[in-house]
Amino acid sequence: MSKMLEIRNLRAEVDNKQILKGLNLEIGAGEIHAIMGPNGAGKSTLSYVLSGKPGYTVTDGSARFMGKDLLAMEPHERAAAGLFLGFQYPVEIAGVSNLHFLRAAANAQRKTRGEEELSAGEFIKIASKEAKALGINPEMLKRPVNVGFSGGEKKRNEMMQMAVLQPKLAILDETDSGLDIDALRIVSESINRVMRRPDRSVLLITHYQRLLDHVKPDFVHVLVKGQIVRSGGAELALELEREGYGELVA
Amino acid sequence: MSETKNEAALEALARNDRYEWGFSSAVDQEFAPKGLNEDIVRFISAKKGEPEWMLEWRLEAYKRWLEMEMPHWAKLKLPEIDYQDAYYYAAPKAKPKIESLDEIDPEIRKTYEKLGIPIEEQKVLAGVSGAREVAVDAVFDSVSVATTFREKLQEVGVIFLSISEAIKTYPELVKRYLGRVVPVRDNYFSALNSAVFSDGTFVYIPEGVRCPMELSTYFRINAANTGQFERTLIVADKGAYVSYLEGCTAPQRDENQLHAAVVEIFVHEEAEVRYSTVQNWYPGDENGKGGIYNFVTKRALCDGARSKVSWTQVETGSAITWKYPSCILKGEESVGEFYSVALTNNYQQADTGTKMIHIGKNSRSTIISKGISAGHSDNTYRGLVKVGGAAENVRNFTRCDSLLIGDKCGAHTVPYIEVRNPSAKVEHEATTSKISDDELFYARQRGLNEDEAVALIVNGFARDVLQKLPMEFAIEAQKLLGISLEGAVG
Repeated sequence: MSKMLEIRNLRAEVDNKQILKGLNLEIGAGEIHAIMGPNGAGKSTLSYVLSGKPGYTVTDGSARFMGKDLLAMEPHERAAAGLFLGFQYPVEIAGVSNLHFLRAAANAQRKTRGEEELSAGEFIKIASKEAKALGINPEMLKRPVNVGFSGGEKKRNEMMQMAVLQPKLAILDETDSGLDIDALRIVSESINRVMRRPDRSVLLITHYQRLLDHVKPDFVHVLVKGQIVRSGGAELALELEREGYGELVA
Repeated sequence: MSETKNEAALEALARNDRYEWGFSSAVDQEFAPKGLNEDIVRFISAKKGEPEWMLEWRLEAYKRWLEMEMPHWAKLKLPEIDYQDAYYYAAPKAKPKIESLDEIDPEIRKTYEKLGIPIEEQKVLAGVSGAREVAVDAVFDSVSVATTFREKLQEVGVIFLSISEAIKTYPELVKRYLGRVVPVRDNYFSALNSAVFSDGTFVYIPEGVRCPMELSTYFRINAANTGQFERTLIVADKGAYVSYLEGCTAPQRDENQLHAAVVEIFVHEEAEVRYSTVQNWYPGDENGKGGIYNFVTKRALCDGARSKVSWTQVETGSAITWKYPSCILKGEESVGEFYSVALTNNYQQADTGTKMIHIGKNSRSTIISKGISAGHSDNTYRGLVKVGGAAENVRNFTRCDSLLIGDKCGAHTVPYIEVRNPSAKVEHEATTSKISDDELFYARQRGLNEDEAVALIVNGFARDVLQKLPMEFAIEAQKLLGISLEGAVG
């Protein structure tokens, strides 16, 4: 069986500045990986390159997603194939209700995959169930996407979207930042509930061990200056927490 | 926004054709000779079998028009228009009078079917559950070809028929109101329209009557080289209410065509008129070739106390739009509203807005304008809020938002505020923003393709106005915004 994600020698630049400098990473189905590293190492860049954000240019290397050439796909095709990016800073969209946005997204993905669209009734059933699981007030679903949401609400909303869209691979970029203890627990639970399955994988980008206390990674990688410089098991994160990046960044 | 609306909008987005109303119909038509002179005015009047007073009115208007000049104050690059190079009258060759809707030329019937306009009453009646009845006056080039639900409306005293018929059937009523709100010499295009208008709609809602269904006129330009000059006159008597919808499309043609309409609304004491437009005349191609020149004068007079008028417009069509639906708020405590979405793409130009003329005490007005510019287009909001010296305690709130897509288009806001009474409270807010790459990417990462993402964001931007439209029109408007912007990004 092919890997969920296979990245080989990936090089990418933004504004003519080389950020990823030959990155290699493999994620198998059913695995949870965490990427840690100092600010400016290229963690967010990696998430944007994988999801196809305009302005991020791949200059070399490859990335395959469930055997397909990920880099050749449009952003919406990557989403439809099952790639979900939990944004570090979720974007506000004025005048578009959460519910409408989610349904438009779910049905657009289905259309791209050649599947039947969800009826309004089916969709509302799914959305209500997931909102309840995340402790999201149904009124929030009627409000415009992320407009006036607190940092924690925005992150919870990202989890709501993930739960409804049911991706194969979730890349979660600092989903834990800005969360209080209760919110962190709720978010972690939803990652485990939705993604901890044999056919799904997660790539967590984080600075802190505290998320990994709740979502236990199978592998931890340290990204420094655009390359993965060290990989290990869950214990590596604990070591970093204790000792810092120290010699790894030197 | 309801889910069905969104569904329809997204479905529409799946289609690729950008101007799906661009077909033309092979209808056997009769034209007036090309050009404009007194004889043409007489020809049109004779064709309509009009009474003498109407002909005199037209000839007077024609004389006025000759003395006037085309206005150039708008922020529009106006081409020279050769008024002698157009036909001023084109009518389907058919029986002089249709006895029933079954006698409509099948080609015309097909045209309206293709456009999704119900000109058969039973179709509406047997329609999907929840569909409301809408009475339609279908205007094909220069003449009205069908008006539905007339009998049903007559039962409650509502008069809804083509203006040509009204001139003959209700001459006193037409005489009393025609030109009262928009005088013949108001402007160059109103004078032209008064001289050559060929058809349009007349509505009269008697005292105390709430019109039992939406009324609508659907304008279709079909013939080439033909100007369309329709005239709409709506009168709401004391305490009456009506909601009126107007839609328009035209075939895709390389040459420009002129459309100069006049809409007059007379609102008596405590009456209310809601006028909604989805303007989708052919906008020209992506290089700016062809398209309709849309020079329209729309005005309502809130004559009586506590009368109310609400204009809602979604403007996506036309190569050039020059249009300022206005309210003269003469009655005490009268209310004027203007809600507008104007979208321009490619080489379209729009200069549109409103005038709120406060004369009555305690009169109030609200203006919400949403301008969307893409491609190489130019989009101007131009609005006047005027408060007369005797108008105590006037309130106005204006909000103008502009959204830019790309870096080759323009958005302009030109507010004029003239206040002669110190008790007035006039507020103006304006914003200009660009559609953000982050918003687009966020939507695309969730699964929407680029065009769908643009449509979603633009519909969100225009939401405050789209909500004001009757349900059926809101669906059409949402679709239009999406389709009109396909390929606008990237």
